[in-house]
Amino acid sequence: MEQTSNKKKFKPFDFITKWGTILTIIILIIVFTLGNWDSATNSSLFLTSSNIITILRSISITSIIAIGLTYALAVDGMDLSIGACANFADTFIMTMFVWYNLSIGTSIILTLLVCLIVAVINSILIVKLKIPDMVAALSVMFMFQGVSLTYSKGGAITERMMRPDGTQAPGLVPEAFRALGAEPWLIIIMLCVVVFAHFFLTYTKHGRYMYAVGGNPEAAKLSGISVSKYKVLAYFLSAAFAALGGICLAARVGTAQVSAGDAYLMPSVAAAYIGFSVLGAGKANAFGTLIGAVLVGILENGLIMMTVPYYAMNIIKGAVLAIALAMTYATKKRH
Amino acid sequence: MFCKDKILTITMGEDMNEHILEMKNISIEFPGVKALNNVDFSVKSGEIHALVGANGAGKSTLMKVLAGANTHYTGDIFVDGEHVEIRSPKDAKKLGIEIVYQEVDVALIPYLSVAENVMFNTLVNGMGKKQLVNWSQIRKSAKEVLDKLHVDVNVNTLASDLTLAQKQMVLIARCVVEKCRFLILDEPTAPLSNSETVELFRVVRELSKENVGVIFISHRLNELYEICQNITVMRDSRNIITLPLTTDLKANTIVEYMLGRKFEEVYEKRVCEIGEPLLVIDNLCENHGKIKNINITVRKGEIVGIAGLVGAGKTELCKTLFGDMPYTGKVTLNGKEIHYKDPASAVKNGFALVPEERRKEGVLISDSVFSNISISAMHKYTNFLSVVNTKKEKEDARRMIADLAIKTPSENQTVSLLSGGNQQKVVVGKWLNSEAEIYIFDEPTKGIDVGAKRDMYQLIERLAAEGKGAIYATCEFNEILSICDRVYVMYDGQIVKELKVSDTDEKELLYYSTGGN
Repeated sequence: MEQTSNKKKFKPFDFITKWGTILTIIILIIVFTLGNWDSATNSSLFLTSSNIITILRSISITSIIAIGLTYALAVDGMDLSIGACANFADTFIMTMFVWYNLSIGTSIILTLLVCLIVAVINSILIVKLKIPDMVAALSVMFMFQGVSLTYSKGGAITERMMRPDGTQAPGLVPEAFRALGAEPWLIIIMLCVVVFAHFFLTYTKHGRYMYAVGGNPEAAKLSGISVSKYKVLAYFLSAAFAALGGICLAARVGTAQVSAGDAYLMPSVAAAYIGFSVLGAGKANAFGTLIGAVLVGILENGLIMMTVPYYAMNIIKGAVLAIALAMTYATKKRH
Repeated sequence: MFCKDKILTITMGEDMNEHILEMKNISIEFPGVKALNNVDFSVKSGEIHALVGANGAGKSTLMKVLAGANTHYTGDIFVDGEHVEIRSPKDAKKLGIEIVYQEVDVALIPYLSVAENVMFNTLVNGMGKKQLVNWSQIRKSAKEVLDKLHVDVNVNTLASDLTLAQKQMVLIARCVVEKCRFLILDEPTAPLSNSETVELFRVVRELSKENVGVIFISHRLNELYEICQNITVMRDSRNIITLPLTTDLKANTIVEYMLGRKFEEVYEKRVCEIGEPLLVIDNLCENHGKIKNINITVRKGEIVGIAGLVGAGKTELCKTLFGDMPYTGKVTLNGKEIHYKDPASAVKNGFALVPEERRKEGVLISDSVFSNISISAMHKYTNFLSVVNTKKEKEDARRMIADLAIKTPSENQTVSLLSGGNQQKVVVGKWLNSEAEIYIFDEPTKGIDVGAKRDMYQLIERLAAEGKGAIYATCEFNEILSICDRVYVMYDGQIVKELKVSDTDEKELLYYSTGGN
């Protein structure tokens, strides 16, 4: 009985840490709605259906990549190579179409497989050689930024591009592939990815094991869980979803620009970390990551609409991430 | 460069006057326990004084008073007859009292070189207004001190690259730099090999020649004869006796002084039928030599004790048996030879470990009781898609909670909110749920109260009655006598004696655990 009465007592601090992220999103929506009020039509430019779809589209790729990172965070790892991995997938799948004229299915499967090399290297460095995850993935990030550039000879991959040997690239990007990068498919893919991650982490034993490994590796090991196996699994999932994010990016843009995927690293990291505090989870979780991506996406979109200069945007984004992290760690310390 | 404190101006080897450090009527209380009870103790400069006692007798507590780590003592401390107060580590340092704790890594900075570690206090406190470090001076001074002790370590080596014995030497050298007059060594030999011990003794003798008073805590009685002139025995938070340590004083007599304790309560062990050999270990060695040539047999329904003092290698044995440390040797379970490379495969083979560090290694501390109980038996709760049946999980957890009488409001409670004894029951519940055959207990009663201890005994007996095998490793010998059928005594990573519990007593166990033979 004591317990229930305790729960009912209102604690402002707990409330903020639990609902803060969602509250921030609501406040941002209100601020941006009012901030972008068009007096001519007496409606907001922010809350139009086309803008909401724009936001969802930009959230989608961030979410997919951030979900990958969520697995790595669940085992208390860190994967900074996701941006480079997404970028490599972006470049690679474009060349599959443009250079080699392959079908959609083959291209996607080949791209996912090739991107798992990132996971293999991460696993060797982090799990086998026991290099701290942060720096190991950082070096892999550099490596694959270079690999992408080398592979594309330092340029963008576009339809009918001139190849270094002077010939014109033979292939085109299939329309069906481009559809994957537009609504509704892009948003459907994102939702599937989030639902899968939520299901995997919450309802399967593998998810349970991953959280156990992340929470207390020593106890997990001595309970008979193979800690290295689950760390490797986490890095493979991380790379696979980063690659999927890169593929969606290619589908959305229709070309592979130099370093286009790298830009998704920081928003994804922010989304996954903001996700820690959503509803007081205190650990990486799929739903929280989605909310984090929504927060980052709305913030970005709203700031653009309010004509905040692009060079000042990172100040605000960084500050929001700092606040989200402060909330997460404030809850953690009290345990 | 050096601080101009009065005492610090006395340099090693110049101050040959006799100093005496006396402690009178020292008492100290921690919540609920009287850790020291009117203890008297004294040491003179140039003397090497042994301090012995069973685990929990109060040796470390007493030494922490001297080192300024236990500040709320009552009683008087005198240096050369002058009354002093030691209320902080700084006070202790001012009086020239230094301590080298057993956990050497706590006091060393692994990223810094030997020279910096030796001269650490100079670097931190002796700099005054100076901003620049005089490296050649630091290296030179460190080398001088190490040379004086005849310790051969390159001063540019990083502390993290040193062996444990070398780390001790570096810490001792640091104390010498501090012009220590009294040096406390807390179980310095426990982790050392024989040749390293010889080297340590040489350095300690060197210090004694330089008029430093050394207090030497050790569990290994035999080695004390080599080096100490006097011995003080502590028991139950009291100073029992101080004697000159000569060959006239038999190790057996010292053991008698150390014990004398009556059992807090007599536990009536239930008699279980002992069956076929379940687990046979042949010549098991840990790859880094932490345990050597272990031969153990555990029969069905048998509770086998592993007795040994702190540092004897019990935990290493338990972890090696559980696949957590690489090993060579033959393990036969139920007549079949098995191999395992990690705890995961050990668990598959039916092993269970209740580890010593419960909060760190035993339970998933921030998870719920039910997920802790099911974590090692997830195959029971998952379908072909690995989806977990949480309802069944909770049902089983509730049954286990009732069965083991775990005090928790519900199966959803976070484990960190339970008491130590109940956390330990959760760990046992986890393995009962996984239907393990061999249960390894490493200090299972550490930090749990008397009632919980009794519950734990009954649980272990129940396992035995069901025909499981249990290994019970502890340094609390009365526990072994209460609960085990047979006992192996460990000393220095090896099994030195096998005894039947009905034919032995605490004195004999302690005798073999301290290296007697």
